[in-house]
Amino acid sequence: MSGILAYALHYEGAFNKNSLGGVSEAARLAGELGCEAHAVVIGDVSDDLAATLGNYGVTKVFRAKDAPEGLAQPVVDVMAKVMDDNGHDYALFGGGLLGFEIGAGLAARLNAGVTMEVTQVNVADGKLTAERPIHGDSSISTSSYKDRGIIIGRLNAFETAVPSDASAQVEDVDVELSEFSTKATMVQRGEARGEDIDIEGADILVAGGRGLGKPEGFELCEALAAALGGAVAATRAVVDAGWYPYSTQIGQTGKTVSPKLYLAAGISGAIQHKVGFQSSENIVAINKDSNAPIFEYSDLGIVGDLNKILPKLTEAVKAKKG
Amino acid sequence: LKICVLVKEVPDAAVEKRINPSTGRMDRSGERNLNPYDTHAIEAAMQVKEGGEVEVEEVIAVTMGPSTAVRALHKAVSLGADRSVHLADDALAGSDVVATGYALAKVLERESPDLVLLGQQSDDGECYTIGAVVADYLKMPSLTQVIKMDVTPGKLRCERQAEYGYDTVEIELPAVISVGDAINEPRYPSLKAIMGAKKKPLDAVGIGDVGIEGDRVGEAGSKVVCGDFKAPPQKAAGEIIEDEDTNETVEKIIAWLDERKLLA
Repeated sequence: MSGILAYALHYEGAFNKNSLGGVSEAARLAGELGCEAHAVVIGDVSDDLAATLGNYGVTKVFRAKDAPEGLAQPVVDVMAKVMDDNGHDYALFGGGLLGFEIGAGLAARLNAGVTMEVTQVNVADGKLTAERPIHGDSSISTSSYKDRGIIIGRLNAFETAVPSDASAQVEDVDVELSEFSTKATMVQRGEARGEDIDIEGADILVAGGRGLGKPEGFELCEALAAALGGAVAATRAVVDAGWYPYSTQIGQTGKTVSPKLYLAAGISGAIQHKVGFQSSENIVAINKDSNAPIFEYSDLGIVGDLNKILPKLTEAVKAKKG
Repeated sequence: LKICVLVKEVPDAAVEKRINPSTGRMDRSGERNLNPYDTHAIEAAMQVKEGGEVEVEEVIAVTMGPSTAVRALHKAVSLGADRSVHLADDALAGSDVVATGYALAKVLERESPDLVLLGQQSDDGECYTIGAVVADYLKMPSLTQVIKMDVTPGKLRCERQAEYGYDTVEIELPAVISVGDAINEPRYPSLKAIMGAKKKPLDAVGIGDVGIEGDRVGEAGSKVVCGDFKAPPQKAAGEIIEDEDTNETVEKIIAWLDERKLLA
């Protein structure tokens, strides 16, 4: 029996949005291949919650109740056993940090092929192929697999299906963890760091990155955002550095937004950030480095010193709006 | 404590990257440099060494790559590594992530480090999955994108950002840790360190020296076949303004925003 196994990450009683995208994609592909798609969940997931994955097209959910959730290696143990016991040819992950770690570890364990940052999966000759943009998204490469394949999606690459009322069968699996998988323990999970700011409803976002130079640089972004009637967002680099709250972070392991205007100040535009705002209607970038990748996909790019431009722009916006 | 740092030579960010269309491999000609993310891993190793919490006997830079990769090792040594190991063998060309991780794990097995550090991602292949592959082969616990790492005898306490915020994870040594760039500010090497780098021991090894099975690496030993390179759908090029007169620049931005009804 062949099949596709998708990993479904959950937290506080809800499945991760990107995982639901991955589960939906697995079901879509299984339909084309003529096999079944299944999901795997780890830890404390109720029968009812697990069964809802059937709404997105999987027929069965494997649940490893006793394995710890939130760390990659125990999930590798579980998925390797489920795939070996049930003959799955492919594993699929929606975008997300854990998916990268689990998928890579699983590829090593199964001696399988792995492709990360996948934006599209196709069926060709009864097998899956995966498209992945490379080199700053300047080229797209297609992967095929000699044997089993592990496909790790880019953030937001897979669309979540419209839920049906189908329910999945839940099967508990008992997996003995590898010794080394038990050597890491979660002390604290999901600490928010900084105040909780809602930026997802804003039509206009002024985002700041490392190019602001110092935490106080965000005052320039705040003033411009206030003048424009928008909110302030941040990159992972400055959130990790403690300059701005985690709740404002855009991109991988942060939020995904698509405002009418995304104005990026001092942001180079790495892929991990780009994936969180690339569907914005208008992208404006201000950066002193004319080689910054963000200029390759901004609608308006300004090569210059944000410390000079932002204050004057704020005044001009105020004057214009009266 | 013995620390191995995995480093990689990548095309200089300022140079355009390209794939050789006939082989599907990265064209590795042109300017090369140490992967900027790896400098954070070396700095993390140096801070453990200098921190005094644990005794560090040695910091060893390890790379796999063609002969030019020696330059990345020299740079790593100039940043503080005590010596380096270069795995180079024609049989390795075309290895995928799993084959590369397997080969690196075999080199590391010979060194038997207590801690393996690497940068969160390499700038060229964007393979920020290599740490997890190496860890699985070495049967060591692992964590990626770590931005804070406290070392005590036999144990690490790490912080990293995952899907739901910041996680704090305790890990027993030996372990494989990939660090994020927020973990530290790498130091600049002194002129003396740059000059002395070529004199530090560099061990060049081939696949036979570290027990790598030839049929598990290279193109034949890789389980992914990459090909069909194509250009992504073209987005209309954006407008670029070079700021010379800021008042004028601001006027242009205002007009642009106004045209799109963003100042209503």
